[in-house]
Amino acid sequence: MLDFVQQLVSGVALGCVYGLIALGFVLVYKATEVVNFAQGDLMMLGGFFAFTFIGMMGLNYWVGFAGAVAAMALFGMLAERVVVRPILGYPQFSIIMATIGLGYFLRSVSGMIWGTDDFKIDTPFSQGVLRIGSLVLAHDKLSVIAATVILCALLWLFFNKTTLGTAMRASSENMLAAYYMGIPVKRVVSIVWAISAAVATCAGVLLAPITFIHSNVGLVLGLKAFPAAVLGGFGSIPGAVVGGVLIGVIESMAGFYLAEGWKDVAPYIVLLAVLLLKPEGLFGLHVRKKV
Amino acid sequence: MRFLFKTDYEDDIRLFPHSGYYVSYGLLLAVLLIAPYVLSSYLMSQLVFVCIYATVGVALLILTGFTGQASLGHAAFLAIGAYTAAYLQKYGVPFPVYFLAAGLLTGLIGALVGFPALRLQGIYLVIATISFAFIVEEILARWESVTNGNEGMRVKAVSLFGVAVSRDSPTFYFLCLAVLVLTIVGTLNLLRSPTGRAFVAIRDSETAARSMGVNVALYKVKSFAISAAITGFAGVLFAHKLSFISPEMFTLQLSIEFIIVILIGGTFSLHGAVLGAIFIVMIDPFLTYLKDDMPGIIAGIAATFGAGTQAAANVQSKVAAFASLNGLKGAIYGIIIVLFVLFEPLGLYGRWLKIKLFFQLFPLYKRATFKRQKIYVKSERNR
Repeated sequence: MLDFVQQLVSGVALGCVYGLIALGFVLVYKATEVVNFAQGDLMMLGGFFAFTFIGMMGLNYWVGFAGAVAAMALFGMLAERVVVRPILGYPQFSIIMATIGLGYFLRSVSGMIWGTDDFKIDTPFSQGVLRIGSLVLAHDKLSVIAATVILCALLWLFFNKTTLGTAMRASSENMLAAYYMGIPVKRVVSIVWAISAAVATCAGVLLAPITFIHSNVGLVLGLKAFPAAVLGGFGSIPGAVVGGVLIGVIESMAGFYLAEGWKDVAPYIVLLAVLLLKPEGLFGLHVRKKV
Repeated sequence: MRFLFKTDYEDDIRLFPHSGYYVSYGLLLAVLLIAPYVLSSYLMSQLVFVCIYATVGVALLILTGFTGQASLGHAAFLAIGAYTAAYLQKYGVPFPVYFLAAGLLTGLIGALVGFPALRLQGIYLVIATISFAFIVEEILARWESVTNGNEGMRVKAVSLFGVAVSRDSPTFYFLCLAVLVLTIVGTLNLLRSPTGRAFVAIRDSETAARSMGVNVALYKVKSFAISAAITGFAGVLFAHKLSFISPEMFTLQLSIEFIIVILIGGTFSLHGAVLGAIFIVMIDPFLTYLKDDMPGIIAGIAATFGAGTQAAANVQSKVAAFASLNGLKGAIYGIIIVLFVLFEPLGLYGRWLKIKLFFQLFPLYKRATFKRQKIYVKSERNR
């Protein structure tokens, strides 16, 4: 039983990271119908920025964290401006390929800059543990869970309660109509990319104590975040996090109770099952096809 | 400029629209046939890879270019073909038999993948095919009694009519070339048949195709099966060329490379598969060239522009250091993909068509002829 709870907590913590990356997918998808295959790589880059600020320049953890988030938000805007904006409105396949290319580029360039070693960031949560009876919960895992809940709530409020959030949902629905209504669609899209890169950075920094940061971490985790986003229904913010947690728990349970090898494929088997049985996901909207 | 005057349907679907095609393709074939006696063994080896990649590219074009179903899982089909060949070869099955068996099995699995894919669109299909490829990769690594797990399998040389054909011999190259040419001719025939027309109709608008009486489900599954089968054939050749296969060769990276092949070549014509394959396969020799010769050349240029010996040597070492950076290949891939998507969405073959049209219409050519339309109103979610 204790093992089960222990596995559950570490699964939830890992799942929250997936959820945060999936949240980035969902934000961009909601606003622009673009699926960003480089999301995991943005997370990796965010982690490296934080490592540079905290580990190499010796800044305070929170200052470094904020700096990395700000830098990545700018970088997200830049990436949107250079790679995505010229091809908005073209078939989805082109945009997917462009973001795959961006991911490739980021991976190899960060490999060139920071090398291919594993990096670790010292955080205030690295050491401590919380003991409840005989249950031992590491602070770093709890911090991930707490941060995910807070971020998710903030983003949900932002999307549903603020004017800017409403503008984003409108331009997601129909860019041209949104533009006619006076929404500066380009700026909206730019801001969405900034937010999504910032969320990815949060994921990267929170992840750093759990899995180390290296140049391929984005690819590995980014691909795990897809099942999470699909499971939650692409386009639903709470769905992304719930999907991420489910995938994380499934993965850690499969790793603990099933034979070796199941751990890596379990998320994808779940994904295929979801796509077969309920393609719109757990929280997705069912949309009628139009001619 | 030549005006083709078509008087009946046969004229319209002809494989060679006019006599000029016989000349140009005849010349190309002649060049390809004498190539092994002229080129170095390294270039020949690359040419064999071009043939294999182009075959996969044609397969992917059938599915992605003409039926509009994106797939990032073709490495898995290639793997299934390769492993079938390796496994059957172990039990002494002759080459022609396991070659066909590999294609059949891969086609069957492709059809099985096609069924679930019927309900999926766009991004979901991409993700589903990625998942399929991951699962296949894991099965290959774990099913040790058949695949020998992560240790991989050795593949002996092809034996044709009792003669062993080494993987570096001209005969093997001719075999790959024959497979490629047959695939291309077969695909061209497929595309001008009702089946091919149904594929294109599905790509352009699924709803319209359905209302014209096309059985969308049936044709999507067919497209998956055909594409997978061709990839399976290519997989057999791939296994023989490498003479050793292991699960980590058939990763997502390889699937992405195949997509790059058709993306760079151009997704609207079979020429694209060949051009893209040449491009992708030649990146490696190009990088080697960059590493070995480029520093010296640039230093030479610097010296002629009056840089001192010290400065020239400095430049040389800087360039050498840059060219041997670890992730350079990945970065180049990334930049190439982004640049092609942004600036040359029709690919290399599209560029060729543009240049040709420029001279045909000179001085009346206008760029807008090839401009794609942007659609901001759409939402692929409710298409």
